Parts: sequence; C-alpha cells; structure tokens
Amino acid sequence: MSNIIDRRLNSRGKSIGNRQRFLKRVEEQIRKALPDIVSQESIQENSTGGTVKVPVKGIDEPGFSHDSKTGNKQVVRPGNDRFSEGDRVPKPKNDGQGGGAGGPGSNSPEVTEDDFVVILSREEFLRFFFDDLALPNLVKKFLEDATSFQNRRAGFTKYGVPSRLNIKSTYQQSLARRISLQGIYRKKLAALREQLPATSDDAERERLQAEIEKVDRLVKTVPFLEDLDLRYNHYEAVPLPTTSAVMFCIMDVSGSMGFHEKDVAKRFFTLLYTFLTRQYENVELVFIRHHTVAKEVGEEEFFNSRESGGTVVAPSLALMHKIITERYSTGQWNIYGCQASDGDVWADSDANESARMMKADLLPLVQYMAYVEISNRVKSSSLWRVYHKLADEKLFSVRKIYETHEIWPVFRGLFKKTNVLED
Amino acid sequence: MVSKQVCRSLFSNPTWDYRTLAAADEVTSHIGSTYLKLTTYPNQIEIVTSEQMLDAYSLIGLPTSYPHWKFGKDFVINQNSYVKGRSALSYEMVINSNPCISYNMENNTTCMMVLVIAHACQGHNAFFANNYLFKEWTSADSILDYMAFAREYILGCEDEYGAEEVERVLDACHALMHYGVDKYRKPAKVSALQEKERMKRRVSARHENYNELWRTLPGAGGSNGANPAVNQPFPDEPEENILYFIEKNAPTMPVWKREIVRIVRKVAQYFYPQGMTKVMNEGFATFVHYHLINRMFDEGYVDDGFMLEFLHSHSSVLYQPAYNSRSFSGLNPYTLGYHIFTDIKRICQLPTDEDKQWFPDLIGKDWLEEVHYAMNNFRDDSFILQYLSPKVIRDLKLFVVLDEEKKEDYQVNAIHDERGYRRVRNALSEQYKRSFHVPEIQVEKVDRHATNTLHLTHRIAHDRKLDAKETQLTLKHLRYLWEFPVQLSSKNKLDINEEVFDCP
Repeated sequence: MSNIIDRRLNSRGKSIGNRQRFLKRVEEQIRKALPDIVSQESIQENSTGGTVKVPVKGIDEPGFSHDSKTGNKQVVRPGNDRFSEGDRVPKPKNDGQGGGAGGPGSNSPEVTEDDFVVILSREEFLRFFFDDLALPNLVKKFLEDATSFQNRRAGFTKYGVPSRLNIKSTYQQSLARRISLQGIYRKKLAALREQLPATSDDAERERLQAEIEKVDRLVKTVPFLEDLDLRYNHYEAVPLPTTSAVMFCIMDVSGSMGFHEKDVAKRFFTLLYTFLTRQYENVELVFIRHHTVAKEVGEEEFFNSRESGGTVVAPSLALMHKIITERYSTGQWNIYGCQASDGDVWADSDANESARMMKADLLPLVQYMAYVEISNRVKSSSLWRVYHKLADEKLFSVRKIYETHEIWPVFRGLFKKTNVLED
Repeated sequence: MVSKQVCRSLFSNPTWDYRTLAAADEVTSHIGSTYLKLTTYPNQIEIVTSEQMLDAYSLIGLPTSYPHWKFGKDFVINQNSYVKGRSALSYEMVINSNPCISYNMENNTTCMMVLVIAHACQGHNAFFANNYLFKEWTSADSILDYMAFAREYILGCEDEYGAEEVERVLDACHALMHYGVDKYRKPAKVSALQEKERMKRRVSARHENYNELWRTLPGAGGSNGANPAVNQPFPDEPEENILYFIEKNAPTMPVWKREIVRIVRKVAQYFYPQGMTKVMNEGFATFVHYHLINRMFDEGYVDDGFMLEFLHSHSSVLYQPAYNSRSFSGLNPYTLGYHIFTDIKRICQLPTDEDKQWFPDLIGKDWLEEVHYAMNNFRDDSFILQYLSPKVIRDLKLFVVLDEEKKEDYQVNAIHDERGYRRVRNALSEQYKRSFHVPEIQVEKVDRHATNTLHLTHRIAHDRKLDAKETQLTLKHLRYLWEFPVQLSSKNKLDINEEVFDCP
C-alpha cells in the first residue's frame, strides 16, 4: 500500500554541510579575489546587502574522457529538413564544438569555469573578509565594559524567593513524587480490597478492614507538597555588550588632495564602516573635513565638494574631541577614528600640536585610531614623523597607501588580530 | 475504491490535498495493475518544496549520502541556475528503492500531480521493478540502508583520519567512478548488515589482507627459492573494474581506504543501470502515464478540462527541437523512448507491409506482452537496435552526421530513407553504448619485479584519443590510491602503442 508523506515541514538545508565543504575548498581563491573586490566599487555598493560573486577555477572533477577533437564519430540528429545522403557541411571555423546549424555540436550545455561563480551571501562574504581580523581592544572592551546586564530566563532552580515559584513545574515534581511513593501502597490497597468480598470469615474480614485502613493512612501520609518539589524560575544576568559605535572620518580636503587621494580615502572609510557594522548593531558616522578650518559635514559633502587652501590639522582633532564630549559618552559608545591626509601641513608647530592633542585628549577616549597617509613620496611628512613616534599599534596606528590595491593589505595590517586578551 | 464522481471533482479542483493524492494513487495503481498489468514496488510519495528538490538534485536523488564537496558544488550550480531562472526544477524525482520513493514538487497543479503519480509511481516504478539491469545490478531493498551505512562510515573515518585525507581518497575514487562498475559479472547485492560483518572480518583476519604481491618479495610466501609467480602475469585476465582491482590488490593501502573505495564502487554500481536505460526508462514511464490517464478519461475519472491540461503537459514533455533549433540540446530521451514503445504497440495492432518485413516476430502478437518483454529484457543500445522502426526514424527525421578528424566537412551519412534506416539505427544504438562516452580502459598487468607499476591499457576505437590533460589528472588520483607508479598506454587495433601516459 502506498504511503503519502508531506515532507515540506522537514528540515531544509540538507545541502548546507556539503556547500560549506565546497566553500572551504575554494576558500583560497575567494581570499585571493578579495583585494580585487575591495578595489572595485562593489563593497560599497553591496554594503547594505546582496551578493558577491567570486569567480572560481580548478574545481573540475577529472575523469578519463575522449578528446573531442580527435577520431571519427557518428552522431544522430533529429529534424532533418534539407539533407540528403552524402551531403557535406563545412565544420565551423573556430572550434570543433561550435554547434552551429548543420553541425553536430556539443552534446549538452556544460558549465564552464568562466561562468561558474559562487554567490556568497553578505554574511558569508564578510566572514571571509574579516575572518582573521578583529578590531584591536574589541574583545577587551566587551569583557571590561560590560556594564549593563539583562536578566534572561535560564531554566529552573531548587532554591529561590517565593515570588519566583514556578507552579507548573513544582506541581509536576510533586505529582511524580506522589505517584512513585504511593504506588506500592496503592497496589497493596487494591489487592486487599479484592480479597475483602471473597472472605466470609468475620475475623479475617476485620483483619483485612484494619489492614486497609492502615494502608490508606499510609497513602495519605505522603504529603502533597514538600520542599523537595519546589522549583523556582531561574534568571541569569547576561552582560549586554555595548552595541553602538561611532566612527569619525577625518579627511584633509586642502588643495593638495586630488581626486585620486580622496578616492582612496573614501574606499578606506567604506571598508572600515563595513567592518564596524559587522561588529556593532548600530554604527554612527561623523564626517569632519578640514583645510585651514575644520567642519562637520554630511557624507555627500564630505566626499564630493572640493575646496582648496592650506592645511591645518589641529582644529579637526579639537572638533572631534568636542563632538565626543558633547554627544558620545564613552560609557555607551565605542569610538573609532580614522584620519586620512596627504601629510602636508602648514607648519611643524601644527603637527606638534596635533600630536599633543592626539595623545592627551583623543587616545584616552577612543577604542582605536588610525592615521592613513595617502602619498607616494619617499620622504616622510612632518605629520607622519610626529604621529609615527606616537603610534603603538594597539591604540594608534599609522600607515601609508597610494594605490587602491594597497588598501586591503594595509587594512588587514591595521586590524590584524592583536593579542589583547593576553594583556 | 473512490467513486468516479468523487475523483472527477477532486481532479478538477485546482488545489489538491491529501485526498487528491490518495485517490490519484489508488486509481492509477488499480488501472496500472489491471489494464497495463504492471507489477511495482510499494510507493512512497513525498511532497517536497523547491529547496528540498534542490537538495535531492545534488544528492543525485538519494535521500542520504556521504558528505563531500562535490555535492556542494552541484548544489551551488543547480541553485544558481534555478535562482536566475535559467532552468526550472523537475516536477518529480524518483528513486530506485523498495519502497519506491518519489518526490513530488509542492507547486504542481492537480493535473500535474496525477500525471506525475502515473508517470513515476507506476511507470518508473514498474521499470525499476522489472527491467533485468535493475533487477540484477542493483538492490532496491537495501540501497537506503546502505547509503546510511556509507555516510556513517565515512563520517567515522573523518573523525579518525581527518577530513582532508578522507576527501583526498573520495576525490580519487570519484575520478575513477566510471571504472568501478562490473559490466558483465553480476555484482553481489549490497546490504548494510552484511557489509558491517564483512568489514569486521576483513579487519580481524590477517589472511584476508594477504596480498598476491607480497608473494613476490624475496623470502616471503612459499620457500621454493626462485618464485615462479614473478614470471606469471598478474592479473591473469585484464580487469575492467579498476576500483575493484585497487580495493583488492593495492599493495599498501590501509583497510579503511579500501572500504571507502568499496563504497564508491557500490554507489557507481547502483547508478550504472540508470545511465544505461535513460531512453527506455523515460520512454516507458511516458507510455504508461499516457495510457493510464487516457484510460481514466475513458472510464470517467477525469473531465475534459483535465484532459486538455494533461495533453498540453504531455506534448511539452515530448517536444523535440530540431537539430538547428536554438533550444536543441540533443535527442530528448522521453520522445525517442515513447515513440519506440508506441510503435511496438502499433506494429502489433496495425502492421503495414513494411513492418511485416522488419518485425515479423511482432506481427499479430499481444501488444501489451510485447511491450512488457521489451521493457524487461533490454537496455538503451540493444532496445534501439531491436525496436527502432523505419516509421519512428521517419517521424523524428533522424539523420547521421559523420565527423571525421581529418576532413574539413561533416558528412551526412544516412537519412530517413530506405538506404538509411539500418545505418541510422546502428549509429543511434552505438551512440547509447557506454563506450561511446566512456573510453575503454582496463588494468593490464602489474609489474611485480621491482616497481609495482600498474599498467593500464586504453583500447582506441574510431581513432578517438584520450583527453591528455584529463587523463594526466586522473592518473594522479589513481597513483594516489595505488601508491606506486601508474602507466596508461593507448593501443590501437594492431596492439601498437599510440600514446603513453606516465605517472611515476
């Protein structure tokens, strides 16, 4: 007889395991393709969601097969509309496998390596992307600054305050205990009661009656509720990580920053932003642009409008400090800063002042600060020199970039897993 | 038995439910067993979602299989093309098992459900249960158990020896999967229970590991001084089942790898008949659903509207684009098989003079008996050779194209005319032979003097050489399994080496 089964409610994703194995196999290639993806615009386009395509090679499964170009083959085709025996049809020029009109063509459309792409979900992509990265001090912050807690249900416990008594669970315990303890008496009782009508002897009847009463009492001695049965709702205080981060983007927009420099800076900021959105539920962005004066602006203006003039850095740091104290208290916000500049400053005094402010005012407040110099000059700029002295790689790092493809290695370098846990 | 009125109303209702499926199953199996005299395995009809169907695709239809990245890759490919709308999923998928499991897509219409139940649960099921290849080469009773056993075993190996090593072995076995099949000798039936016992024996009994090759080592084996075995060719006869040969004779392979080789070999064996009977299997199932549903219409189980939808689906299944059409991708096995089976019926019932000349044995016979006989005793190549009639060749306008390596042109060798019928039939039969797609390669000998080199021979047919790159890669896999040098020689008819591939 036939069985009809509705499998639709069964677990889905039977292939997830195998898919993971497959991804693992092409992992190396995905990693290799990452710099290309980063330097193309796709990251930013996709930073809200969607998929990332990674071309994959070398996953063919070999087997003994005929070389399609050799030998003499006869192939049967349907739908003859013009040929007679002995007709000749020229082979297509490019390749024996053309499959054009009249030719035998290839047997089936096969998936070639070229059009085989792995479509990674956003999540999977980021996992590859940030796999061996972690924000410096991130773990530390999570561990140390878990100041807020939330109570979550965590099963039942035997001890607790009366207000947390769980009646249902307690009753279950009591029921189980009563059934098990009374069972033996109840069985006895049933047996005695069965005997009772069968006996005619009065003395015997009395004895049985007494026995029944005794056992009945015993049954009743099992209490309805004992301390043993009590169950209380249990709560555990789960530390709530600070889930908000603010990212300061500081960029030099003086005349010396050309389109290319800004473009590189933008890519770097995008990358950092994507990274932070992965770590935090809520990431705010603050854009500060500066030439001789510093100004907080919107994203559009930050990247697009062009200004000229000389460069003074210190005011932008002062503005960042001001915004932090006004709007982002360090208890609730993880603060990240990233400054991009070509390193040109008006005067050495400005550079020194910037370094002083960085050290005294900003670094104590932030989780991490990075300075990226977009420049291809060999000689170090004055800003670079003072910052470089300050850099400790834990809280503050400095790096140089000039080409877009350099972003990824530098980014990795900046956020390489640090041994924060061992401190 | 459900009444005809109930059936009519169920089957004309656009939404189906459990009762619809049960009725469809009951009616089709009743008509199938009485009218077409089909014998089948019991059915297990499972309704699945598109996601589950994709899963089933990548496990080649088996409900469970051992884990491997290859299945993940297939899944990614299928998913990509499905998500992009490049290909649709099939309406059903059926597994050669007892009970016969068929997956039906949840978004099938009522008519499609009935059609699919007739097609898979009667047609394919009867084919699995009766065709000689399936009966003798596969074990429908135990395949599900066996796959569960295989999965468990391979997961266990991964724990013990590391996933990477296991993957390496599986990769190598998969490369040789086409050469893990016994084509002539009937394989032993698989059984998870027996398998476990056999495995215990293999591990415990030392002599089970006794290896022919060890006898060649000086001092080993019988102390007869010079060992005569060295001069004996080994193996005695060429062995076509390379994986079998490896499993039994690889000199230093650990037992667990032998077991994995065996598992892949058994899976290859299980799928072997399916590849050999594509045309017949689909053709017969289509023939069955067409007859069942027409009979249901005649007896009043379904109404006109149902029939219109059915005929539409039926003819789209049988659509055969011509060679020069954009959508052409080879001969449609449904079309070819269905036409041949239908023509067997026609020849039995209304033979023409031509048929009397071509098929004297079929004239005046009971068509159903002849169809059963054909279904039971053939595979694609022999079926075509035996039953492809001039009428089918004419209907499909088949023609033969000769593609010679050295010529600039293709030559049309035969068309659907008096001179061409036989040649078309032979060429088509040839095309469905295994050797047309899978090069003939056998284990020739093992050099037991010093190097343990494994010598393979490829017999060149029709001047078709081996693909050098693929061959080299496959040999590497074979080298990994054998653990000693491997050499493959391509020999022509005169036994002269044309090409030699080495993997030292």
